[in-house]
Amino acid sequence: MTRQQRLFEVVRTGLAILIALVIALVIILVVSNDPGDALSKFLLGPLDSFRHFGNVIELMIPLTFTGIAISVMFSAAQFNLGAEGGFFIGAIAASFVAINFSLPPVIHPIVAVLFGGLVGSLFCGIPAALKVRWGASELVSSLMFNYIAFFFGLYLINYFLRDVNAGAMVSYQFKSSALIATMIPKTRISFSLVVAIALVIAAGAFMARTRWGYRIRLIGANAQFARYSGINTNHVVLYSQIIGGFIAGVGGSLEVLGMYTRFTWQTLPGYGWDGVIVAILARNNPIFVPIAAFFLAYLRIGADIMSRYSDVPNEFVALIQGTIIILIAASSFLAKYRHRLVFKEATQKASPAASPEAAQGAKQ
Amino acid sequence: MGMEELLRMEGITKVYPNGIVANKNVDFSVSPGEIHGLVGENGAGKSTLMKILFGLEKAEQGRITLSGKEIRVDSPYAAIVHGIGMVHQHFMLVPSLTAAENLVMGLEPRKGIYLDLAGAIQTTEELGKKYGLEVDPRVAVRDLPVGIKQRLEILKALFRGARILILDEPTAVLTPQETEELFVQLKLLRQAGNTIVFISHKLNEIKALCDRVTIMRNGSVQGTFEVSGVNEQDISRLMVGRDVILEVQKTPARPTETVLAVRELVVFNRFRKRAVDGISFSVRRGEIVGIAGVEGNGQGELVEAITGLGIYASGTIAVGGKSVAGMTIKAIRQAGVCHVPEDRMTHGCAATLGIESNLMSYNHDMPEFTGPVFFKRKAIRANAQQLIEEYTVKCSSPTQEVGMLSGGNIQKVVVAREFSSDPSLIVADQPTRGIDVGATEFIRARLVELRDAGAAVLLVSADLNEVMELSDSLIVMYGGKVVAYIPDAKSVSEEELGLYMLGLRKQSPEEIGRVIHD
Repeated sequence: MTRQQRLFEVVRTGLAILIALVIALVIILVVSNDPGDALSKFLLGPLDSFRHFGNVIELMIPLTFTGIAISVMFSAAQFNLGAEGGFFIGAIAASFVAINFSLPPVIHPIVAVLFGGLVGSLFCGIPAALKVRWGASELVSSLMFNYIAFFFGLYLINYFLRDVNAGAMVSYQFKSSALIATMIPKTRISFSLVVAIALVIAAGAFMARTRWGYRIRLIGANAQFARYSGINTNHVVLYSQIIGGFIAGVGGSLEVLGMYTRFTWQTLPGYGWDGVIVAILARNNPIFVPIAAFFLAYLRIGADIMSRYSDVPNEFVALIQGTIIILIAASSFLAKYRHRLVFKEATQKASPAASPEAAQGAKQ
Repeated sequence: MGMEELLRMEGITKVYPNGIVANKNVDFSVSPGEIHGLVGENGAGKSTLMKILFGLEKAEQGRITLSGKEIRVDSPYAAIVHGIGMVHQHFMLVPSLTAAENLVMGLEPRKGIYLDLAGAIQTTEELGKKYGLEVDPRVAVRDLPVGIKQRLEILKALFRGARILILDEPTAVLTPQETEELFVQLKLLRQAGNTIVFISHKLNEIKALCDRVTIMRNGSVQGTFEVSGVNEQDISRLMVGRDVILEVQKTPARPTETVLAVRELVVFNRFRKRAVDGISFSVRRGEIVGIAGVEGNGQGELVEAITGLGIYASGTIAVGGKSVAGMTIKAIRQAGVCHVPEDRMTHGCAATLGIESNLMSYNHDMPEFTGPVFFKRKAIRANAQQLIEEYTVKCSSPTQEVGMLSGGNIQKVVVAREFSSDPSLIVADQPTRGIDVGATEFIRARLVELRDAGAAVLLVSADLNEVMELSDSLIVMYGGKVVAYIPDAKSVSEEELGLYMLGLRKQSPEEIGRVIHD
């Protein structure tokens, strides 16, 4: 029964994606003068060169970090959307270390990334603390905190880290000892990929096989039950978001040190928002996050290639995303079929199962 | 049956999302102007059948006809349009509004854009007089006694034009005296031409009130009979498939030293009322002390204060000589207290997690289940399998979601976890509410076993039969105070208990003082 229902979830997710893609196709057909070409660019573009596929992996890495960050927080039923700000402010913290510190290679990026993670966890921990102390909704305060992260970050860049000779509002160059080396030649895939893979495994084990992850899941499933069982729910609410913030901050740090030589973002990069989509697609399970991240990265890069080589604009990917999210988030989508499944199973089981049950009841 | 039919339900089958088949091809019919009993054990499918009739649940199969015409009842609104009204087990009233406001809710008389409050009050009074169901229209519902709330619920249904009234276990929350009063009112309603479906599992009530009775068991109808033609034994045999054993098998208690000592305890509820008003009592090793009382007389708050779920105001609570008042739930559990919560779905389990995960919620951080970092998965699995076997939890695997189990099996998971903690004090709040006979008997027997093994048991139950049968001694609570202590639970009659529960009789302070064993 549980296996069948798990299968049902897979089918449901697949169907949502399919419907979204069909809508995308219809739009391409309407918008484009050469729909065949646009379509092949969109669906096959990421596969047409090593570099393009590299782009997919490059994008998948930050999405994996924010996806796992969000998954951990959502698992505790804490709707903290601060991964965006944590990612951004973590990247700035790492940039600060990369610019101002002189450390040996290998050690330097490690220190920078850990510092970035620390700042990220502090950042996501504030809305958590506000909730525990005063009952402020973490959803609202984390959203607002993203703007604080953004403008405070820009202030730091502008007044402390800005390279006035660069012509744009960018930071000084990172010390070369702080940069994370490229792992796969001819792409920009850095050794961050290794960290990402390690994180997936570690987060999966943490959530499923440790008491701390168990408490997070318990609180997410029924906080009152967790409290009744003697668990300090405030602690769990706090540490789930501190861990989430740490992962987001590490993600941001790896991103700037692995992909760039200066801090150049002048808007929020949006990986935190995408992390929400990834977490929802992955059902908050860290093990599924890379799959969801890959899927979303593939869509993004495909759309990007299409917009460069055809007449369909990039933005329409947002439409696909929106459709998927609505269909997956709508718990009653296909609920009738789910219930029919339950009904069928129950009635099939009813005839052989009912009699022993009754017999046992009579015996006792 | 000879009589004409007013309402007929045919071939009704209902499967809940968790796969439980609540109704299997059920046929049910009601004649005009009768009081029709619907009996069955908890979980037999009576409430589900009536919820389908009232449009709260949708049946997968079957049809409903009213006066020969097929009707569709897909919402309570549709049911009300067809003249079907329902009084639920749990009242559907807004506690902060007055009786009159509750009565007219949704059909409010208006003056311009304002609610015509005077009109509403007048309506309530007139309707009350007409049916002999008088309610003070100006009093906020939360200040009304249970019996009056129920009266108001019946009035609400009548006000909405109900000719067929469904009453879902109306006597479950009433004292014997209130029950008698209700029966008089229901008979008057029948005289006035109304039809009543009366759900119960108390056979004496069926005999006293109903014209016909339909018996359900395990989701199916066992038959419909003229009440005058069957006796209680016949009905009970059809209900449970055997003669009911009402008595709990146990030897007399041999209590020793005091485990739980509560002194001058005061607890406030969320309306800042003194819900527990200076209570003192003891529970000793090897005895089951039952708390009887109409629900809402402070039992819930008392349990929450002892178990740490709620906040207490003053007084002392000691377990095994150690004060636990105001301590964390974890500390209280470590002092040897376990707690079967009143509402198993709210406090007792995480429905979306597996049985295994539910069984280790309080002790998952003990060295037998976790190493420095990772869980000992084999030990956890072995513990789950052993408890599942010991408590005969019917499931497909230890990782099956708890929410997929039947009510009785969910409760078994809860008690398996709580009882396996080697408790010195067991606080059991409604331990068998709404579960099947098999699970009920199993849990009761387990409580007696644990008592004999040296645990102190504090039992709170709204089921009068349960507290009287299972307890060794009884405390009666009324208005947040102890009004009676009965050292031998067998020595008291239901009627006498009812007088205490209603606050009509109170023991002398000396008699009550016997509850403190120092």
